[in-house]
Amino acid sequence: MTEIQKSWALHLGVIALLFALQFILPAYHHGSLARVMVLTCYAMGYNILFGYTGLLSLGHALFFAAGMYGLSLSIQHLDWTAGPALLAGLATGFAVALVVGMLLLRTAGVAFMIVTLMFAQAGYLTVLYFGEWTRGDEGFVIQQELRRIAGFDLSDPTSRYFAALLMMAICIIITLRVVQTGFGRVLVAIRENEERTRMLGYDIQRHKLAAILLSGTMSAAAGAAYGLLFGYAGATFASVQYSIFPLLWVLLGGAGTVLGPFIGTLFMFYLIDLSSELTTAYMLIAGLVLVALTLFAPQGLVGELRRRTLRWLP
Amino acid sequence: MKKTVHDTSADPARNNKTGDSVIDAAKPSRRAAIKTLAATTALAAAASTMPLFGRYGQVQSSEPIKIGFQVHRTGIGAAYGRWYDRTTKAAVKKINDEGGINGRPVEIVAEDDGTDPKRGAEVVEKMATQHGCDIAFGTLFSHVVIGSAPRAGELKIPYFVVSEGHHVASGMLNRYTLQPGITDVKSQVQAMAPFVNSTLGKKVTMIYPDFAFGHDHRDYFSAAVEAQGGEVVAKIAIPPTESSFTKYFPKIPRNTDVIYHVMVGPAVLTFVKEMGEFFGNSRPEIFGFIDSLEAVDLASPGLEFLEGTYFWEGNPRYAQANQSDYDKAYRAAVGVDANGASLSDSKDVATYAHMFGCWETLHIVKAGMEASGYAGAGDRAKLIEAVESMTSMPHSFAHPQGAKEFNGKTHQTFGHQYITKVTNGKLMLAHTTSIEDTYYPDEVDYTTQSF
Repeated sequence: MTEIQKSWALHLGVIALLFALQFILPAYHHGSLARVMVLTCYAMGYNILFGYTGLLSLGHALFFAAGMYGLSLSIQHLDWTAGPALLAGLATGFAVALVVGMLLLRTAGVAFMIVTLMFAQAGYLTVLYFGEWTRGDEGFVIQQELRRIAGFDLSDPTSRYFAALLMMAICIIITLRVVQTGFGRVLVAIRENEERTRMLGYDIQRHKLAAILLSGTMSAAAGAAYGLLFGYAGATFASVQYSIFPLLWVLLGGAGTVLGPFIGTLFMFYLIDLSSELTTAYMLIAGLVLVALTLFAPQGLVGELRRRTLRWLP
Repeated sequence: MKKTVHDTSADPARNNKTGDSVIDAAKPSRRAAIKTLAATTALAAAASTMPLFGRYGQVQSSEPIKIGFQVHRTGIGAAYGRWYDRTTKAAVKKINDEGGINGRPVEIVAEDDGTDPKRGAEVVEKMATQHGCDIAFGTLFSHVVIGSAPRAGELKIPYFVVSEGHHVASGMLNRYTLQPGITDVKSQVQAMAPFVNSTLGKKVTMIYPDFAFGHDHRDYFSAAVEAQGGEVVAKIAIPPTESSFTKYFPKIPRNTDVIYHVMVGPAVLTFVKEMGEFFGNSRPEIFGFIDSLEAVDLASPGLEFLEGTYFWEGNPRYAQANQSDYDKAYRAAVGVDANGASLSDSKDVATYAHMFGCWETLHIVKAGMEASGYAGAGDRAKLIEAVESMTSMPHSFAHPQGAKEFNGKTHQTFGHQYITKVTNGKLMLAHTTSIEDTYYPDEVDYTTQSF
């Protein structure tokens, strides 16, 4: 079996396993896993830019919120149905990524991080400023009867789980394809040595912009899906906290690995869920675990697995 | 500590049941006992891992009634959460001491929502699907309520909120979400207009935070003042990131009779101090919402300027001359002194204007469960119908803040509002509104929605 075949077998196997889990998981974990899968798409979008291209964004909540509001405002104020509204969410994410990306690429290094942070903050304040439409920090409900696509009621646990799984499967397949193609290899080359890649004749700016577009649109898809599956849109999701989350999930799971974002998001969800049962200082526990992981598994859980045994892991 | 059990009352039904089974078992053999134990363990294990299609079961009638308490232990709402927690514990202790609900003890299952709408929705899911709670209850911040309510509706778990937001009565939420224990911001704000206009002045300048909470005040109060023949001469929105307010005060028109302020968050102390420095001794009348200063000691440095100004209070923090026996008993039960601070720490000031909502809501849940003969999750719809059918709630130990009128169609309660004046550093009662002052036309009829 070639490495590519192994990699497809593993990732399709994970998708099949998640499909099967639907039938045996207890209700709470069933619902939680659906949420984790949606948030994984956000982390996978982040991973394209951070993990593979080496661009550290501190403002990805901008894209997540763009998708969420692209969808929810179309439903709320334009009376669109969920299908077109979902496309509106994706289109909003793409458009925001295009505009912001073209400006971002005039910066590099620390300036890139700061500018992403500033753009996200501007996005957050824009949501508050247009409170008449967005209901600002309070947010609004996307009514249950409007959350239907092709006859499927996405507020139903089974439909929600499959919708989340379908979206995550698409994101996994896209990421795998990216990693396996020349485009993905150029992104990794940019991460490893930008100057050398430029010297080899690759158009760095074009590749970086493509990475931002893919990353931003994937994050926006997650934001739109979150609104659609869980029925709420609010400014909290545009706040700086939600820019830091995907960074943590990716670092924890393994930056530059396809499955790392899923493992990281899952791990973090249950770390908070279980530690909050023990103490109100659960963020302290989460912090200590993160420090320990940084010390003992600096490449993240999946990254460490790749370093130690499965060197073919994409 | 996350999970708090207030099972202070004995559970005779459960004890009897256990006792009977011991007597009935005719000297079981060791083998039979092991078989039974194995079967029970297997059943329990099977039940705990049941997939979607087999997870709902009727709770045994002798088991505690589990109330999921969604509490702001961390995040911006932590001060409110601390006092909501204390009030809830006190209410549950009282209810259990009086025999529980339908003879069953009440158990609180508390989960921290981090004052975050995503985590809020997650803990409601956890209460409904993992803890097996009968209802969810308790949270304050509007974004957490609005983020969690859709999940409560989908999981068909009654969700009793203590938020004072207008989101319930606006029709945005669903039939499973109710707010029977605290009035909403729309009714509070509009009830202030007659007093402000007739006692303080006709020309009002509003200063409010530039987000949804502030916009609610701006819209509802402007409309109410104009209906009274007054005028809002300026609306000054302050961005949420602002930490200094000096540049906003020159925008206050000179003909302003009254400043209406409703700043929230840690910047409020700076706001008051800078407003004092700006006006010196010649200030207009000032009226504010106590939300700004909940859990804040009025003796804090910089707040001297508030002397002689007026506040809305949901429930007066300081024990008043006309204090009812109910307020006295409620204060003692929760552990609050006559100055609105903890009995054990005079610096630990309560969120007294809001937290009564937890106490009253739990008593309404008790009344609703008893009226509907609530026995388990299968009776949730009956519980909601029972609460929807409630109307007058007289001033009593169960309703120490005052009488209420509940509107079953909008799932929102209406009640008296209090206006106090800072006198010698204490908030002293200046006016009590009628319940009628708080009414507005219905915006929704939840009873037409199916379960």
